[in-house]
Amino acid sequence: MQERVIIAGFGGQGVMSMGQLLTYAGMIENKNVSWLPSYGPEMRGGTANCNVMVSDEPIGSPIVTEATVAIVMNRPSLDKFESDVLPEGNLLINSSLIDIKSERDDLNIHYIPANELADELGNSKVANMVMLGAYLELTKAVKTESIIEAFKKVFGESKANLVAINKEALEKGAEAVR
Amino acid sequence: MAKVLMKGNEAIGAAAIKAGCKYFFGYPITPQNELPEYMARELPNIGGVFLQAESEVAAINMVYGAAGAGARVMTSSSSPGIALKQEGISYIAGAELPCVIVNIVRGGPGLGGIQPAQSDYYQATRGGGNGDYRHLVYAPATIQETVDLLMEAFDVAEQYRNPVMVIGDGMIGQMMEPVEFKEPKKRPIAPKTWSTDGTKGERKPNIINSLYIDPQELEDHVIRLENKYAEMKENETRYENYNVKDADVVVVAYGTTSRVVKNAIAKCEEEGIKIGLIRPITLWPFPDKAFEEITDRTKGILTVEMSTGQMIDDVKIAINGRKPVHFYGRTGGMVPIPDAIVEEIKKISGGVK
Repeated sequence: MQERVIIAGFGGQGVMSMGQLLTYAGMIENKNVSWLPSYGPEMRGGTANCNVMVSDEPIGSPIVTEATVAIVMNRPSLDKFESDVLPEGNLLINSSLIDIKSERDDLNIHYIPANELADELGNSKVANMVMLGAYLELTKAVKTESIIEAFKKVFGESKANLVAINKEALEKGAEAVR
Repeated sequence: MAKVLMKGNEAIGAAAIKAGCKYFFGYPITPQNELPEYMARELPNIGGVFLQAESEVAAINMVYGAAGAGARVMTSSSSPGIALKQEGISYIAGAELPCVIVNIVRGGPGLGGIQPAQSDYYQATRGGGNGDYRHLVYAPATIQETVDLLMEAFDVAEQYRNPVMVIGDGMIGQMMEPVEFKEPKKRPIAPKTWSTDGTKGERKPNIINSLYIDPQELEDHVIRLENKYAEMKENETRYENYNVKDADVVVVAYGTTSRVVKNAIAKCEEEGIKIGLIRPITLWPFPDKAFEEITDRTKGILTVEMSTGQMIDDVKIAINGRKPVHFYGRTGGMVPIPDAIVEEIKKISGGVK
């Protein structure tokens, strides 16, 4: 098993923390993991993205060039990363903010209205967790429990009160692709 | 101890403190800022000192002072900042003081860019400072290795009374990987009888100095340093060899680039091409010995760097004309992709037999 994931969106959509949760959860399950963020003067307005590897094999380069999955949260991210996914890979599109269809016909494409689904839970900030939930349902890369355990590590005990809504968001995303 | 997921820059800070570093002097520059941030947050908690100097030149001279007083001290910067520290590094080497210097390399020349690069190889191994001096340069490829080497670097610096450099790049600094903090193996470190930490009226004052007006005296000093460097070369050279024996092509790469090369090698193996890798872990001393494993079967050597070709000089010295040495590199902050390296390998191997 080797998951090579690109997660992209604009600053504030939680793409970095989504990646960190996945990475941390992989580590909890004793898999080899790496998390590589984009860095530079592009933080506001443009696309922020991270590369995540979760693998049974040792990890060579942490740079994802042949992605098994791309999770795109906004239109510029779709334009930028659509071509990086290997044939038969998964492309998860946040259809709340992306109003076009993918041009690829060799991928498993999932349109998920992440912002609407998050709004239904009463907190638009968990749109990233909706997408992560969909991703986990599709790939079974790590267990949901590991993500919840990672949540406490990544965000600290002070955010423990948010575990419930994030759990719901993961489930909502899973439902959307079930 | 359990593994934790840490960003490279922060892991370096944590490793330094675990290794007993109590003093940090630096000046901000991307892509290593999380490191001084970490030190600013954590050092006061253990009774240490974090100081943001007015410049890199000031910072390295503060390191010089703290090292002279016998403290475990570190500074960090990125390429153009390290360029500014070169004068101080030469003085510290001349005065035979221990310290650790971290360079999270970015593209150059000049201010260059902020993305990963390896174009400071000459600066690190030849030195931008004046005089006949050398210092160890560790070039880790993972966050775990960065932490291990950094913790050891403080001991090595004190054992030889010499600055030690740890070199990474923006990718090592910014990425997160699981790390575990392990005690480095014990080394013979003599008490710091030379340090200027107060005579207490019980001894003559120690003097920290790199000035020798009498040329004979200076030559004696430099020869003593040279003998010390020879000892470092003998005892501290490190490398990783992978399938070098009977490889069609042997690739030489360090740090981040070696990881991309490992992906390229896996692709070649799928096609039945046998590729070896020599990964220098110390850039100085360069692991000449690693090249002795290369056999007649090998058609050529490919050096891959994130520069226009700097380490290749040392590869040519090590191979001493036995095999042709080829080069592939990206620079300016561009990271090579595995497919491009595979293509270069095939040009040398002639493809599948």
